[in-house]
Amino acid sequence: MNAPAPAAPPPPAAPPPANEPRARFGDLVAAEWIKTRSLRSTPWLLGLLVVFVIGAATFTALDNKGDYPGIAPSAQRLRDAFTPLGFMTLILVSGSVGALSVAGEYGSGLIRTTTVAVPARGSVMLAKAVVQAVLWTAAGLLVSAGSFVSVQVIMNGADVAGALGEPGAPRALAAATLVAPVCALAGLGIGALLRHVATTVVVTTSALLLLPPFLAEDRRWSADLRHALIQPSWERLVDTWPDGGGPFLRPTVPGSWAVYVLWPPAAVAVAVLTVRRRDV
Amino acid sequence: MADVIEVDELTKKYGDKTAVDRLSFTVRPGQVTGFLGPNGAGKTTTLRLILGLERPTGGTARVGGVPFASHPRGLRHVGALLDAQQVHGGRSAAAHLWALARGNGLPRRRVGEVLDEVGLARAAGRRIGGFSLGMKQRLGIAAALLGDPPVLLFDEPVNGMDAEGVRWTRRLLRRLAAEGRTVFLSSHLMGELENTADRLVVIGQGRLLAAESVREFAARAGGRTVVVGTPQAAELTRVLVAEGAAVEPEGSAGAERLAVTGLAADRIGALALRHGLQVNELTTRAASLEAAFMDMTADSAEYRTPGGPGAAERPSPGGRPDPGRAPGRRDEAEPTRKGKDA
Repeated sequence: MNAPAPAAPPPPAAPPPANEPRARFGDLVAAEWIKTRSLRSTPWLLGLLVVFVIGAATFTALDNKGDYPGIAPSAQRLRDAFTPLGFMTLILVSGSVGALSVAGEYGSGLIRTTTVAVPARGSVMLAKAVVQAVLWTAAGLLVSAGSFVSVQVIMNGADVAGALGEPGAPRALAAATLVAPVCALAGLGIGALLRHVATTVVVTTSALLLLPPFLAEDRRWSADLRHALIQPSWERLVDTWPDGGGPFLRPTVPGSWAVYVLWPPAAVAVAVLTVRRRDV
Repeated sequence: MADVIEVDELTKKYGDKTAVDRLSFTVRPGQVTGFLGPNGAGKTTTLRLILGLERPTGGTARVGGVPFASHPRGLRHVGALLDAQQVHGGRSAAAHLWALARGNGLPRRRVGEVLDEVGLARAAGRRIGGFSLGMKQRLGIAAALLGDPPVLLFDEPVNGMDAEGVRWTRRLLRRLAAEGRTVFLSSHLMGELENTADRLVVIGQGRLLAAESVREFAARAGGRTVVVGTPQAAELTRVLVAEGAAVEPEGSAGAERLAVTGLAADRIGALALRHGLQVNELTTRAASLEAAFMDMTADSAEYRTPGGPGAAERPSPGGRPDPGRAPGRRDEAEPTRKGKDA
């Protein structure tokens, strides 16, 4: 005001108005949680999913119980608890919901309202990732524990504690729980990259479920590609049968954990970087 | 001046199409500034650039001296309604607003306050998907008001509103400006801004055509139209056009009227008398702001039918297109009028 400024100086950092509290990341997480919770489809979808996955394990156990005169081996009980029917459904739903948490907002245009309210776009994506991760870890734990308990009741005389002490059981339970948040975050990254609802759901479903069967395990390159995907890694981690040998290349347990560990941060990084770079 | 919107040499290109072309203007607090331009003129793109939703190809847009996107949270700085449809239909109005408020650390009572303010209190718990467009516009205005911001941007807020809604919006915008806020309001219809705006920023094809007060803008509308009621519209049209006037039919069957520009009322009366044509009405009508706007943007309207309303209502002789004409000037029309008035 007191000195004339012939050349425009670089814009200073935005001075916060006197009444503005510090921007807190927790507020964004709370906002994203309100968005998730306030959709009527959310409780319905989760409720149906829990019933379906645990139901699938229960029916599989009832069906297989007669094949074993005594108590079925631990590996069989784990296979029945974490049945592909139930858990491929979990993978499909968690991946799609994660994808829609971003792509849906682009589809409706709400993302523009969100971005005007919160110009820090990367933080919005991180907040979405936190909500999806927590929501799906909880849902994954619920369905995995429920399936595990149900199968032990049916096939193991309800000795749940004993079953948990069996080799490989904690690993399988953890892998079954965590597959849901891993898929949700993978979907979130794909959603942020593609932004178009239908395309996002097709690509997410393909990457999670349709692609693995196309990648045979009898050639190195194709097996490597397959083993970098989430569903085959889940399959390996819940499988506690001893390796029967044969011509097929099997994923390793550490390699499968590595897939669980690497996909989420890679997907979230893609989401944060793309929304920062692109126009909304 | 913390609340000024400053647009400086702003440019946005999509491939080889220039949507906003070296646009510079300033929007000040305490006034309603109308942002006027035909469809496709670049109004929405400009608003999106101001809000940091898009990156400019060149130039800058600042709000309160800084790019808006430099604020980590926006609602306390700028409230904006870009497109009322940009909501999730599955949420209730209250949940939609609460999520926005919560992310900005605003208290929950603000949700009730803004819903009261826009008259949606009784619809708070209803799903947005069931709202009419007018209700969605009100919801969008409510969202813009959440953070009690000093700067407000509205992109065609009265689209889909009924007459009561339009009047309510106009009063609200006037009040917000009277409270000392910066109110920037886009429209493609002059009529919407005529009674609301204090100043106008007019653009066409991404370029600035005018930035001035409504009064100054109205002064451009110098051309006068004479309305002639006659049962012999075709014959009179032929006579008037032969004298160099531009004639547009108006009215309805059985009550045909002609809107004549380029000839004064006394001349028209004299011509009618000489040719023995009956005249029932002869009224001089001051050109409206709408006419000034049409005239100014006639050459820059992006979508236009040749000879259609956009081209024909322009008060230039014969209504023929003359693309080389500079916007806002009527140098071709001038000699005709002078000749006849003399």
